[in-house]
Amino acid sequence: MNSAPESLAYTLDEENTSFLTKVLNSIQAVGHTILYFLELVGRISRFIGKAIAHCFMPPFFPAQILRQIIDIGYYSLPVVGMTTLFTGMVLALQTYTGFTRFNAESAVAAVVVISITRELAPVLAGLMVAGRIGAAIAAEIATMRVTEQIDALTTLSVNPFKYLIAPRVIAGTLMLPLLVLIGDIIGVFGGYMVGVHSLGFGAGSYITQTWDVLESMDVISGLVKAGVFGFIVSILGCYHGYHSARGAQGVGAATTNAVVSSSILILIFNYIITQVFFS
Amino acid sequence: MSTAQPNTPKISLQGVTKSFGPKKVLQGIDLDVPAGKSLVVIGGSGTGKSVMLKCILGLIEADQGSILIDGQDTTHLKGHDRDEMMGKFGMLFQGAALFDSLKVWENVAFGLVQGRQMKKRQAQEIAIEKLIAVGLRPEVGHLYPAELSGGMQKRVGLARAIAANPEIIFFDEPTTGLDPIMADVINELIRDCVGKLGATALSITHDMGSVRKIADEVAMIHDGKIIWQGPIEKLDNSGNAYVDQFIHGRASGPVTKHGTHTIQKQTAS
Repeated sequence: MNSAPESLAYTLDEENTSFLTKVLNSIQAVGHTILYFLELVGRISRFIGKAIAHCFMPPFFPAQILRQIIDIGYYSLPVVGMTTLFTGMVLALQTYTGFTRFNAESAVAAVVVISITRELAPVLAGLMVAGRIGAAIAAEIATMRVTEQIDALTTLSVNPFKYLIAPRVIAGTLMLPLLVLIGDIIGVFGGYMVGVHSLGFGAGSYITQTWDVLESMDVISGLVKAGVFGFIVSILGCYHGYHSARGAQGVGAATTNAVVSSSILILIFNYIITQVFFS
Repeated sequence: MSTAQPNTPKISLQGVTKSFGPKKVLQGIDLDVPAGKSLVVIGGSGTGKSVMLKCILGLIEADQGSILIDGQDTTHLKGHDRDEMMGKFGMLFQGAALFDSLKVWENVAFGLVQGRQMKKRQAQEIAIEKLIAVGLRPEVGHLYPAELSGGMQKRVGLARAIAANPEIIFFDEPTTGLDPIMADVINELIRDCVGKLGATALSITHDMGSVRKIADEVAMIHDGKIIWQGPIEKLDNSGNAYVDQFIHGRASGPVTKHGTHTIQKQTAS
């Protein structure tokens, strides 16, 4: 039998060891998370580098690029159009009711056009396209991965980066600015409709005010954002699809990850680009 | 065509290893496939058959060892050289792996049009020829893969694999999921196509009916190693307990659900 002091010392020693183990385990868990994150960033960066290189190196697949341009650009037009139309309409109403408190109703046209071109059209179009196209790209490529169609491409001497990834990235990067430009016009038109037909503004004065306040940099900054968002949506859709795990669960996870990661990155890059243009 | 010496194996694997994290899938594969022969690799699930095939095709890079095609080391080939090497290969995937957005004839002609920049019209003619060669009517060429049965999809996959007249054709579980009659049809087509092309064939399968039909030589993979290789005629008298257990499909034997002992490769003379 241990004497009482020896027993107490043993218990304290055990407690210290247990505490130390817990601390070390926590540090190890943090270390694992950091390593995993760094590995992920490395893998995505390598994928992006490879994808960009294949966008500029022949052979090109024009039919595939055209197909993606139609898929991403043309078929996203109704979604983007509806989103910006109603956003412009709501913005005009909200601005009017809010600004009435400060007797500043006349600023409605200015607020609508600046908000739409600088922020709302690119961000909302980006998010809508992330939901529609990012998910579709990830699901299609993940299914091709699961059913060995990507391996089949390689065995047929066709590089999957050239045939699958590059056309989607090119189409995404080129089409989103075009969608946003159309979205800008539709959004401003939505504000005009509400302003003129519901809030009692004169049609001529609303248009003049819109035109006077609009600067080229408002539109350009929105289009630059759109290009970056289009690249983010397409590349992350491709990345998550290409690295999908096996089975239906893998395809589902790839789709979810593509939409979530591109939506978050859109919001982060929106801040960064705004800072670059307007700070 | 190849410029290799007459006795050089068409495919030669020397000490090929591959691990995924802590899991060692291939643990030193040594395998020679003679030119113009059909070699079938048998083995249980999870023994490394598919990984071995993907290593040869360059879809997965081996950790160690050499993979020689016509005597040329292809283990770490990349880019243009790899694409050129791929021109020698044809592959029939387990699930056919047809591109579902393309019509059947476009699937068959895909490697010719996209990989070899052949004119579409000429590639379509070849595709129809190959479809006929695998017993399909030309009209099938205008359907989409989703409109075909599993057996027909396998035939289209076979037509695609032979479309460019490859020197080497790989078959990954060619009869899995097919009824016995269709499985036999596919086996006959494989034998026929490989024979007519004079190609070298490397197949992996569990299906012993398929093995007996298409193999000139058989090798057995177990725990990431080739443990027996010999001509098909010697398969029933291999003298290898693992091969005996596998070909007779017995639950009792050296292979248990808990694993096996370490074993050395045997070659039948």
